[in-house]
Amino acid sequence: MATEFHNLQELRHSASLATKVFIQRDYSDGTICKFQTKFPAELDSRIERSLFEETVKTLNCYYAEAEKIGGQSYLEGCLACATAYIIFLCMETRYEKILKKISMFIQEQNEKIYAPRGLLLTDPIERGMRVIEISIFEDSGSTSSSSSGSSPSSSTAQ
Amino acid sequence: MKNCEYQQIDPRALGTSNTRTPTTLPCGRKNSQRLRRKWEVFPGNNRFYCDGRIMLASQCGVLPVTIGLIFITSGLFFTFDCPFLVDHLTVFIPVIGGVLFVFVVVTLLQTSFTDPGILPRALPDEAVDIERQIDNSGSSTYRPPPRTKEILINDQVVKLKYCFTCKMFRPPRTSHCSLCDNCVERFDHHCPWVGNCVGKRNYRFFYAFIVSLSFLTSFIFGCVITHLTLRSQIVNGFHTYLVASNLTTNEDIKGSWSSKRGEESGNPYTHNSIFTNCCVVLCGPLPPSLIDRRGFLPPDDAPQAVTSDTELPPFIAKNDTNMEENCQEFANSCTA
Repeated sequence: MATEFHNLQELRHSASLATKVFIQRDYSDGTICKFQTKFPAELDSRIERSLFEETVKTLNCYYAEAEKIGGQSYLEGCLACATAYIIFLCMETRYEKILKKISMFIQEQNEKIYAPRGLLLTDPIERGMRVIEISIFEDSGSTSSSSSGSSPSSSTAQ
Repeated sequence: MKNCEYQQIDPRALGTSNTRTPTTLPCGRKNSQRLRRKWEVFPGNNRFYCDGRIMLASQCGVLPVTIGLIFITSGLFFTFDCPFLVDHLTVFIPVIGGVLFVFVVVTLLQTSFTDPGILPRALPDEAVDIERQIDNSGSSTYRPPPRTKEILINDQVVKLKYCFTCKMFRPPRTSHCSLCDNCVERFDHHCPWVGNCVGKRNYRFFYAFIVSLSFLTSFIFGCVITHLTLRSQIVNGFHTYLVASNLTTNEDIKGSWSSKRGEESGNPYTHNSIFTNCCVVLCGPLPPSLIDRRGFLPPDDAPQAVTSDTELPPFIAKNDTNMEENCQEFANSCTA
């Protein structure tokens, strides 16, 4: 398993998209947002199973927290109802705050774990919360790609 | 660098874009044309206003009628009932009515203009992937994906249907609205009165709307009844007083019997009991009509002349000619 470590900048200039893997939703607990932790076969050679599972489990925890029914959500709901929901114009909901946290988390995971392995996570919100899309990049032009003047159109155009 | 797939690589573009802010193309090249918003190419049957902030179903049904009815009814209430009720009851009547009205309008607009929970359609990559997962046999002939997939939710088997329009297996409780041409999460129904689907994201606004509307309707109805009752009390209450005291309006206005205010002690006709007075006035024997509307006039050669000196008993057998002759003779004998 030859993993060549790149940063995201190099990835952009040298890699080409090979395929995409879609992690589907897990509905075993109902309609709450939860993704399957089953490790896809295509990632077998690209990333350690534990890292992948850790990422998906953390995402599932974030979503569970956003959809949690409890004191704070009730308070937010009752306050919104009392103001005829006008308060939503001025206030960010708890769900939206957590979505921002998720976005930061995915960016961090991409920079630290996935991009060096030639992978890229897409935030599920970009895909209507249906799937986690993982793009797998093939390294073409490989190690010489570190130069900024690499001709991008040669082998990377699809 | 024209390959749009490179858009995904830049984490800054992905991480910060909340699908709401326009981003420049990550290759660093700014598009000379205006960047288009996603709503401009939205595939569903929806209308967008205010640059995508407000959305409606294209079939907005009878929403204008709903709004019109609410405004007209409330307008009439504030114009005609409120001034009277403020004078006779309390100033809180229009205040409560105003609050309810605002609540109804705001929740109606929120129900109509909010995204009900539309699921974006699957991108081609996803659709291909789903089909590939299903068609595991590797057959080269194209076969459309099976329509259902069974999953286990809380130990109960639930069938997920495949939506051919949106190219995905619908999550549980999601349904495709044919009017809006969208899959909507936790789909309740498409309501023509609000001109939108009712689903996961706007169900609470819809519920608040119908509850507050029922309160507003009841409140207006109650105020109208009170208004009419107060106005007619001038008639009803007054006459109830007359019946109870065995008086006529004429006597009351002239003050024929009451020497002091509020006392009918001078009335000789009262039975000195409210109950007896009521019974007598309302339930006493009904006297007959005295004017004999359908009685026949006598023939012309025997006119029925009644002079001031004669006294005829009032209840003669009217069609008896003999009787008339007898009376005539009697009359003549008296004056003779």
